[in-house]
Amino acid sequence: MPALDDSVITQAEVEREDTAAVGAGLDVLEEPDRVRDPWWRRLGSSIVPPILALVVVLVIWEIVYLLKLKPEVMLPSPAAVWDELVRLMQGGQAWETIWTSLSRGLIGFAMAIVIGAPIGLAIARFPWLRASFGPLLSGLQSMPSVAWVPLAILWFQISPAMIYMVVLLGAVPSIANGLTAGIDQVPPLYSRVGQVLGLNWWAQTRHVLLPAALPGFLAGLRQGWAFSWRSLMAAELIVTSSKLGFGLGQLMNQGRDLSDAPLLYAGLILIFVVGVGVELIMFRPLERAILDARGLSTKKR
Amino acid sequence: MTTLVDETDLVYHEDDPRVVPLLPETDHSGEAAVTIEAVSKVFSSRHGKVAALDNISLTVAPGEFVCLLGASGCGKSTLLNLITRLDVPTSGTVSTVGRPALMFQESALFPWLTAGQNIGLALKYAGVPNKQSKAKIDELLDLVRLSGTANRRVHELSGGQRQRVALARALGQNSQVLLMDEPFAALDAITRDVMHDELTRVWKETGNSIVFVTHNVREAVRLGQRVVLLSSRPGRVVGEWKVNIKGPRTIEHPAVGLVAAEITLRLREEIASHARS
Repeated sequence: MPALDDSVITQAEVEREDTAAVGAGLDVLEEPDRVRDPWWRRLGSSIVPPILALVVVLVIWEIVYLLKLKPEVMLPSPAAVWDELVRLMQGGQAWETIWTSLSRGLIGFAMAIVIGAPIGLAIARFPWLRASFGPLLSGLQSMPSVAWVPLAILWFQISPAMIYMVVLLGAVPSIANGLTAGIDQVPPLYSRVGQVLGLNWWAQTRHVLLPAALPGFLAGLRQGWAFSWRSLMAAELIVTSSKLGFGLGQLMNQGRDLSDAPLLYAGLILIFVVGVGVELIMFRPLERAILDARGLSTKKR
Repeated sequence: MTTLVDETDLVYHEDDPRVVPLLPETDHSGEAAVTIEAVSKVFSSRHGKVAALDNISLTVAPGEFVCLLGASGCGKSTLLNLITRLDVPTSGTVSTVGRPALMFQESALFPWLTAGQNIGLALKYAGVPNKQSKAKIDELLDLVRLSGTANRRVHELSGGQRQRVALARALGQNSQVLLMDEPFAALDAITRDVMHDELTRVWKETGNSIVFVTHNVREAVRLGQRVVLLSSRPGRVVGEWKVNIKGPRTIEHPAVGLVAAEITLRLREEIASHARS
């Protein structure tokens, strides 16, 4: 039993009651830095490098063209392809063609989310489903979607349903696997908090697992879109019919049939631009919003 | 149980956040907030059976602040899991008044929610009607001195602020028992000192029972009315002290130091007994 002398605590120390002040000071000092670069610098650092890369590609193209390594029917000049693009756009044909394909791609993608997300959730949450169907779904992801085209034609003949079947078989596995992977990466501590707060199975899924898995799911969605777009192009390139309307794949086929190299190159560029455009317009802002809200943006000062 | 007494004649206010009210002399006879009776927990692994807890008995009175002290392997996580009923004991019984709230070493706040929404989720599952939620969130944030931060995201808060929001969330569970699993271990020393004062203040205002797990002896003496020392592998209660330090306590206080020294001695003996000779 230690005996203590009165002198160890002085009356002055007793009077000191500064917890609140010290706490408030700490709050100010430890306030995380919320400074952001001005918009023009952020824009500059994200837009200038890809434009430079594009210029390099164009310059190389022009040089190869000028060297006449390939005949013009195989490799037209960048200028000729540009003229072709301008012609397609001025006639309005490009927009119509893009819309035909893009709307199909987006509808297929939306259906793939509606089908894929519940599958991914079920596989993540029920061990016996994971054990049985998990490997099957992962395996489906590595199937080239073109391989489904003949079967899709057999089932649905030449019709939009056939196109959607190919798109879905391409995109659903990526989206489902993305959600499963996202849920698997949720820190166990979050689930433990959910249990302590008294969340039941469904509340745990809805309030903890799904929101926590969102960044991982977003990666799956991105991949799902890439697969939708690829599958769609594969289907459109293989099947040309008036029943299917005139999409980018059909435009490319036309270029091939007419041996119209500038048209073919223009078609390739349009397919590329749409794929990248959706990524930039849809996924970038979504990712930025999700990561910013959680303080997960890669850029730190 | 050993009682460590510090008799001083200082003038101080009972509501000073550094003052821990002493336990009453009489043993608590009324209904306990937490009752652990002869609890053992054995885990089966490939290498055979491992006893994590061995015949632990412990009662926590309503409004009491108990610190559980132990080295690694004292089974404190197991014990907390048993008290929160995330796990069941192999033998013995655990009972608590209502479902206990639990606070972790990491704030474990959900980063996709704001500070206020994190607290709101706890309120929702504690049965607080949506209409009262907003007012209750503000009240809890006021209590941990974070008024006006309801709309902040977790990453916009400092480490100390996060632990205070986590404390507010735990209090939002409206439980009479608050379990704390090394909640300040990851904080820097000054912030930790402030958190000690804040916790003592909040505890005195709310009247909760607190079971505070730590392996920092000084922290245990600074905060607890009672310190319980657990042995390691398996966890057993090997010592119990009533901390009777009157007047303001701070971590660097000589009185806290003296009491801590005695407990540390016992803890070192316990750890040394595990050395392979």
